[in-house]
Amino acid sequence: MNSKQMELNTVEVWDGNMANAQALRQAAVDVVAAYPITPSTATVENYASMHANGYVDGEVIMVESEHAAMSGCVGAGAAGGRVATATSSQGLALMIEVLYQASGMRIPVVLCLVNRALAAPLNVNGDHSDLYLTRDSGWVSLDSFSPQEAYDMTLMSFKISEHEKVRLPVISNQDGFMTSHTAQNVRPLSDEVAYNFIGDYKPLNAMLDFSKPVTHGVQTEHDWHFEHKAKQHAALMASKEVVKEVFEEFEKVSGRKYNIVESYGMEDAEVAIVCLGTTYESAILAVDKLKEEGIKAGVVAPRLFRPFPLVEIAQTLQNAKAVACMDRSAPGGTVGALYNEVAGALFNTSARPVLRNLIYGLGGRDMTINELCDIYRDLNKDAKAGKLTGKIQKLTGVRGPELSFYEL
Amino acid sequence: MSNQKEIKNLKTFSTAAERFEGSHVLCPGCAHSIIVREVLNATNDNLVVSAATGCLEVCTAIYPHTSWDCSWIHIGFENASTAIAGAETMNKVLRKKGRIPADTPQPKFVAFGGDGATYDIGFQFISGCFERGHDFMYVCLDNEVYANTGGQRSSSTPIGASTTTAPAGTVSYGEKKNKKDILSIMAAHGSPYVAQVAPNKWKDMVKKIQRGFDTEGPVFINAMSACTTEWRFKPDQTIEASDLATDSLVFPLYEIIDGTELNITYRPKNIVPVRDYLAFQPRFKHLFAPENEHIIEEWQKRVDARWEYLQRREEARV
Repeated sequence: MNSKQMELNTVEVWDGNMANAQALRQAAVDVVAAYPITPSTATVENYASMHANGYVDGEVIMVESEHAAMSGCVGAGAAGGRVATATSSQGLALMIEVLYQASGMRIPVVLCLVNRALAAPLNVNGDHSDLYLTRDSGWVSLDSFSPQEAYDMTLMSFKISEHEKVRLPVISNQDGFMTSHTAQNVRPLSDEVAYNFIGDYKPLNAMLDFSKPVTHGVQTEHDWHFEHKAKQHAALMASKEVVKEVFEEFEKVSGRKYNIVESYGMEDAEVAIVCLGTTYESAILAVDKLKEEGIKAGVVAPRLFRPFPLVEIAQTLQNAKAVACMDRSAPGGTVGALYNEVAGALFNTSARPVLRNLIYGLGGRDMTINELCDIYRDLNKDAKAGKLTGKIQKLTGVRGPELSFYEL
Repeated sequence: MSNQKEIKNLKTFSTAAERFEGSHVLCPGCAHSIIVREVLNATNDNLVVSAATGCLEVCTAIYPHTSWDCSWIHIGFENASTAIAGAETMNKVLRKKGRIPADTPQPKFVAFGGDGATYDIGFQFISGCFERGHDFMYVCLDNEVYANTGGQRSSSTPIGASTTTAPAGTVSYGEKKNKKDILSIMAAHGSPYVAQVAPNKWKDMVKKIQRGFDTEGPVFINAMSACTTEWRFKPDQTIEASDLATDSLVFPLYEIIDGTELNITYRPKNIVPVRDYLAFQPRFKHLFAPENEHIIEEWQKRVDARWEYLQRREEARV
């Protein structure tokens, strides 16, 4: 590297956006093409500042839209180097077309997605509407619950994305504002350790390799399309094992252990909630409080949202009697996505807990520990009764009369 | 750095090494294939090509076949320019970092799009790339219609043409708007070189393409691409249709350097009436009905005025 060395302390105070930017710098990304959007703007601002001060060797292309940002990343990635970008919400919605093209062409790209609500109404705060929009786009999707984890996941995203068995783009998610704008202690790796952990970029079918001209982004009909999508799906499903391996390797260099399904208190839990993002950390505090009250509570959070760890989720929940799946996204006319995923995971197992779906925290509304305790208490009623004591779906924390749906 | 072919005559040019090969399924008589061959064969340098969704893309890269003996990418309808800008930037970075050895010859970057991808859906992306000054050549294959989707109007469709979404009917003469002046718009971006070309004037075209390849920064080429299917002439009449376009001055051949210096590069010895150009193409057939004749007159007046304007600008050097 020709870039200037940045002095890092053993412990830095970084918010999630700075954590992303530092991970991008340490990965020595070749090209970042980006367009600013709240709350992910500071990821690219921080990175641009590092670039302006000589700490970054690559190029930053400040394009005219998020669609162009992902288009530039795919073009640059196909050319044969490491690429990354960041976005949120409407920006993700605008680039979603190109997300499918990146994964379909098996171009490694890292997208730092700072989760935020989708308009209308316009709202800049955190929920998982944009995360859910990426569900079927063929990207590996990792979730972090704090700035430290955002840093760690973004670093690991490069290694997973570029792995020879994967060669798929990866999203590193974090909660808008709750993580992206909350400064916390982060223990970074040294530049050398971080870069060596990821390794040099190994081009595959690079457009800039003129010894072997390559055609990217072909047209297929029914004669071949299915086979292409099947292979892509197979690679995505197989990436789960690579993610596990990368987590293990990361533990060796950082001392920090990650699991594709994180859980707390599940050893003896009778009631559990399944959630994504920062709610996991709040739920841990609620679990401790409830255990004191004699309620056997636990919390489960898929660290890996895609490929969805169906088996591991089912195993983690095998002794639970009542489970609430918490979806932080407007449900759009059905039960929440996480509910569907978890129900799908449990249906063919002997563990068939009572399942509830809670829609919560839209547009950045808080989910307090007291509210979480109330949810657990309701679940406890279900567990005692051995059946649902209310409707399947409830919008919790919403102003006005209680909204609950779907009766069995 | 550039390694461009000497163009002596059509025979030597046409037998040059091919980068755009067979196995495509473009319509017989499609001007796209002629233009693309002329562009790619104008240089011996390594090429990185992107194509927008459109006839060219869907007819030349149908898995497991490809017509492209060069690096090639298609992403979407709108973003061929940004894809090539990404690749061009990556080339810079990898050289700076030493991952591409410094003595490796510089490749050329080319994006192809139809008029739909250029004038309409991809315009924002092209504008962004030109504003940022990426070093590449954008070639618009302008057939004045969304041909790939079966003949809908675009903002390049000229007034009076009948298309599926602007059809001529009992109370309509077809397309109501004049064609967008894309060349002026692209020149106004501060592009170092923009030009209009047509495949029938191949020497003029190759000269401009070579100049484009030698120019640093974003270059825009608008290539008239006569469409046998949508303009409805016979497949063996492509060059004749192009001749009528350039000789009637409906499609004048000129270039603008650094946004100011304008050079007319082809002056027909005998200027053909616009009427002859229109009469050649059944898409304008209805204009010859008495109630629509005024459109033909308007056409001629506008073409005359444009020619006058181009000549004055050429003289004025502004």
